[in-house]
Amino acid sequence: MERAGKTPILKTEALEKLFKLKGGSKLYAVDKINLEIYPGETLGVVGESGCGKSTLGRTILKLLEPTGGKIYFDGQDITDYSPRAMRALRRDMQIVFQDPYSSIDPRKSVIETIAEYMFIHKVYKSKRETFEKAAELMEQVGLAQRFANSYPHELDGGRRQRIGIARAMSLNPRFIVCDEPVSALDVSIQAQILNLLMDLQDQFGLSYMFVTHDLSVVKHISDSIMVMYLGKCVEYAESEELFLHPVHPYTKALLSAIPRADLKYRGTPAQLIQGEVTSPIDVKPGCRFARRCPLCTDECSTKTPEWREISPGHFAACFCI
Amino acid sequence: MSRNETDKTKETILEIKDLKVIYQTDAEVIEAVNHIDLNILRGRTLGLVGETGAGKTTTALSILRLLPEMTGKIRGGSIFFEGHNLLEVDENWMRALRGNAISMVFQDPMSSLNPVLTIGEQISEVIRLHEPDLPRREVEEKVDSTLNLVGIPASRKAEYPHQFSGGMKQRVVIAMAICCEPALLIADEPTTALDVTIQAQVLAMMSDLKHRLGTSMLMITHDLGIVAQTCDDVAVMYAGEIIEAGTVEDIFLNEQHHPYTTGLFQSIPDINKKSDRLKPIPGLMADPANLPKGCAFAPRCGQCREICTKEHPVLTAWGTHQLRCHLFASSEKEQERGAE
Ligand SMILES: Nc1ncnc2c1ncn2[C@@H]1O[C@H](COP(=O)(O)OP(=O)(O)OP(=O)(O)O)[C@@H](O)[C@H]1O
Ligand SMILES: Nc1ncnc2c1ncn2[C@@H]1O[C@H](COP(=O)(O)OP(=O)(O)OP(=O)(O)O)[C@@H](O)[C@H]1O
Ligand SMILES: [Mg+2]
Ligand SMILES: [Mg+2]
Repeated sequence: MERAGKTPILKTEALEKLFKLKGGSKLYAVDKINLEIYPGETLGVVGESGCGKSTLGRTILKLLEPTGGKIYFDGQDITDYSPRAMRALRRDMQIVFQDPYSSIDPRKSVIETIAEYMFIHKVYKSKRETFEKAAELMEQVGLAQRFANSYPHELDGGRRQRIGIARAMSLNPRFIVCDEPVSALDVSIQAQILNLLMDLQDQFGLSYMFVTHDLSVVKHISDSIMVMYLGKCVEYAESEELFLHPVHPYTKALLSAIPRADLKYRGTPAQLIQGEVTSPIDVKPGCRFARRCPLCTDECSTKTPEWREISPGHFAACFCI
Repeated sequence: MSRNETDKTKETILEIKDLKVIYQTDAEVIEAVNHIDLNILRGRTLGLVGETGAGKTTTALSILRLLPEMTGKIRGGSIFFEGHNLLEVDENWMRALRGNAISMVFQDPMSSLNPVLTIGEQISEVIRLHEPDLPRREVEEKVDSTLNLVGIPASRKAEYPHQFSGGMKQRVVIAMAICCEPALLIADEPTTALDVTIQAQVLAMMSDLKHRLGTSMLMITHDLGIVAQTCDDVAVMYAGEIIEAGTVEDIFLNEQHHPYTTGLFQSIPDINKKSDRLKPIPGLMADPANLPKGCAFAPRCGQCREICTKEHPVLTAWGTHQLRCHLFASSEKEQERGAE
């Protein structure tokens, strides 16, 4: 994934986040992930629900403390930055949370929520300027001004999600982790938000790590795509390439399960992945997809497949390719 | 059209007539649902789609009478479920119905999970409510198999909701709703937090319920792919009104559509093409506290004519396909009902 002469805006080396559970067992949420995101580019992250995408996003921003590995932001090693040092960096690195219900303070009005970070970082001198900017952001994400003084519980799910997007953009960050920012939105608003994110990228050279379950969205917005399965990265390639030549059996299963908005495919149910799900707790060596994989061999359940370059720029971890 | 004729003879399990719901806040009155009619037939799935804020969740909450007490008010209409008007029965009756004959998967999974009980405890509670005589060991076995069905290792049942990812919580809530074996399952965007493989698994579980027990479903979703693959009937909602409805074939195969429906289809990113820009419907949804006089979609409609801003469009029906748009209000089709 290296690229000569360019510094990635974000890079991780063997990044790890284990959760300690009762009784001393460990849950491998993010297990030795290497990734690089270059300025002005978007990395799409897809994978099974519960595979560690949100944890990865939060760990990168150090909202969760990593338990191993390194994080570099714009060339600086930020792995051991104190919360205070991180605070200054927050202007540059933001997140749009997956859950619009729990990431917003229910006692703050819409405009107060959007202005919140600008106040914390004292971006503008006057209160009036801050609220003017907040009003502008509302316009940008398609929230009508009349909601300015509404409270989050008075809004529908889609509007609540847009508050989070406006708040993340309020500090003009250089890098945003977007954790399913559009999944609660209808396709038309979704298209508006995606266009907006891409316009901001063109204008300001923003970079995104974009987590989503919607494969047509990820294909549309990403330069490259990382596929995760139970804490591990199983495949990485440029967006076009991944959709044209998926190699990992999990990626293939994922691409074949997309429900098409076309009656032609009705009645031919998606090929369900059979077999029991491996638990991410105290994992043993072996491929984590082995128990559900149609190609599984003895080797797969005892040895961990290595990360290899299948073709230039296309990586995967699987014995059967 | 023989298929449509047999459909008509089928039994209606839920019939919403002329439902009107408002939210009364300190500052204003929000007209969230405006005189809608909806029918769900036994054993069929009705897909309810529409823009964010269109009133889909409000409609679902009205069926269960779970609107926010202080602000949400039903201002008219009826909701008949198996012959009883749910807007008139007493609260005890409703309580017996919820989580039993009708169960709902809420848009926000945390609203149905208790943060201080383990996942296993919460699922077994539902199973015991539904099957009080089941021996404890069999309850536990059922908890395990239910979790497995939604792709969560049973060994994780002793964990608490905050230890689960967004999609895992959503799956637990779906599993609980399915355990109740309801006659009507209301699912409010049940799979938004799920990847497509798990989603396929969950949708298969739902269709199994439908085939096994003849469960009817109200599926609220933004995903037209899910509608095409799982729904039998479709209703498109805009600004609190049903602006187009019909069988899934009417919506996906017929040529004539409400311009809003057309816009929805054009907004989907095409997975087979690389395009630079998506085509959202221009403008914002009408303000539900201040709805325009004519058609609510007129200010955003590319085909808006003078009449559209003045008169509320009537419902035009063509077989099972219904449209509320002046473009189609011609004499060749039977007009069923005037504007309210
Ligand atoms: N605070 C926590 N304590 C213990 N385990 C946790 C905690 N947070 C997350 N996990 C576990 O870490 C794993 C990864 O969770 P994460 O939320 O990152 O998944 P995800 O890929 O974002 O899933 P989804 O698509 O459903 O949002 C899951 O097995 C989850 O149960
Ligand atoms: N408690 C409330 N108080 C005031 N207004 C509300 C309340 N709940 C919903 N509304 C308003 O009612 C309208 C309909 O909301 P509803 O939640 O039914 O939409 P929805 O179609 O489910 O949207 P989404 O797809 O975003 O979930 C919206 O304009 C919303 O802002
Ligand atoms: Mg997540
Ligand atoms: Mg809703």
